[in-house]
Amino acid sequence: MNTNEILETINMIDNEDLDVRTITMGISLLDCVDPDIEKASGKIYDKICRYAQNLVKTGEDITRQYGIPIINKRIAVTPIAMISGACPAYSPVHFAKVLDRAAKQVGVNFIGGYSALVQKGFGPGDYALLESIPEALAETEFVCSSVNVGSTKAGINMDAVEKMGRIVKETAELTAHRECIGAAKLVVFCNAPEDNPFMAGAFHGPGEPDCVINVGVSGPGVVRAAIKKSGGGCDLTEIAELIKRTAFKITRMGQLVAKEASRRLCVPFGIVDLSLAPTPAVGDSVAYILEGMGLSRCGAHGTTAALALLNDAVKKGGVMASSSVGGLSGAFIPVTEDAGMIEAARSGCLTLNKLEAMTAVCSVGLDMICIPGDVTPEIISGIIADEAAIGMVNSKTTAVRVIPAIGKKAGEELDFGGLLGGGPVMPVNTASPAEFIHRGGKIPAPLQSLKN
Amino acid sequence: MIKTEKAVITVIGKDMVGILAKVSAMCAEKGMNVLEVTQSILQDMFVMVMLVDITGSSSAISELADEFDTLGESLHLKIHIMHEDIFNSMHKI
Repeated sequence: MNTNEILETINMIDNEDLDVRTITMGISLLDCVDPDIEKASGKIYDKICRYAQNLVKTGEDITRQYGIPIINKRIAVTPIAMISGACPAYSPVHFAKVLDRAAKQVGVNFIGGYSALVQKGFGPGDYALLESIPEALAETEFVCSSVNVGSTKAGINMDAVEKMGRIVKETAELTAHRECIGAAKLVVFCNAPEDNPFMAGAFHGPGEPDCVINVGVSGPGVVRAAIKKSGGGCDLTEIAELIKRTAFKITRMGQLVAKEASRRLCVPFGIVDLSLAPTPAVGDSVAYILEGMGLSRCGAHGTTAALALLNDAVKKGGVMASSSVGGLSGAFIPVTEDAGMIEAARSGCLTLNKLEAMTAVCSVGLDMICIPGDVTPEIISGIIADEAAIGMVNSKTTAVRVIPAIGKKAGEELDFGGLLGGGPVMPVNTASPAEFIHRGGKIPAPLQSLKN
Repeated sequence: MIKTEKAVITVIGKDMVGILAKVSAMCAEKGMNVLEVTQSILQDMFVMVMLVDITGSSSAISELADEFDTLGESLHLKIHIMHEDIFNSMHKI
């Protein structure tokens, strides 16, 4: 065994914030459907508690065995609209409370799946679930919600987009006394992956097995340090190689943890999500990687190109390191969770428009962005529609998680604390798209040939 | 045949008398067989890497990690014990 390699690993963990971001257990609730809401709730609570009872302890044991911090242990469940549709007389908020209680009982820090998949239209339960999201997120602590409004194969459901603009705003309003945190737990997707382990967008897709372990890796700090060490002499081909090599190592660690967790919990291993997920810790920032490549500040012209290089190299390095890759896989750009992005946004260099362009080449979308509280629901719907269009046309996942800062204006700040961080309220173009949004209907699925 | 399990102990910190003695005493007490030791001193920093066989150890690796944490704190050193699989998986294809 090579001493330098051993010390390299230890340095990555001790000084460069290398960690496994999350072990997420996906649990199917399809067998808990029952027209009697009390019975359905009982089955859901029991199943989650039974399957996940050792999840947190197993994560802690693996941390101590390998010396790798595993930051989060989480649960993703079948989209609740599929379950609540069987109990049309009751509010789906009831199920949110059951999920919250189960999450608290097993000790996980988030439970995802208060979700609906409405890209092609609304099924039983979907309307009620969408309308209940603000109340559900205001009255629970651990529940995360997501709604898929579009896909490359189905097009964009603009009726859902219209609703979601209003629902995002109402969610923020109902939690205005808690820094509008409800909106930070709500994601609107296009092309949502069914095996994503990262919150707030995790849910257990209907095509998944009964129970599965998915792992999300992290490590922006490690990539940044590798680029810094390489000095200024490298050209971008060499930088891409360097990122690939680093991503390989990070992912191998994730694969090891995933396999070990799967073995200990006797649950099949699903996927490793090869993501560079930043944290507010200084150094653990995707923006700093881009700046390390030579941009004076994240948001400068050239940022989209640098991010495209980073995103692609992370995937190429990671794919070979894991037997099964999935989820969101790529570089995340959540503004309030990334020290470099926060600085760039405060200085005005990083704008919403630039972020939108960046989402065309990164792994997710407009993520953790605080917008002024007086922004109209139609403008939020417009933001969602733009983002969904980028995802739909480019056959990629895109998402919107914006937080309307109720009572605040551009330049003021929100502070969520913990992994969600905090950051400046960013100005938004206030020209109204209301007429377009209120037309409703669908944007048809795009042609998959004649690509220009 | 019992599969042998190995772990890597790393010690990093300011050099002083008796580091190797204290760490290896702990190994002996816990029933770990020391297979390899390399150490070097870079400027004032002491760096030691030990490969140990933990198959016959009286404690689980997670408990050993706590014990070495405590020992490290008392000596003002960083002592890690980590299962060898992490290094094998990260650095070997």
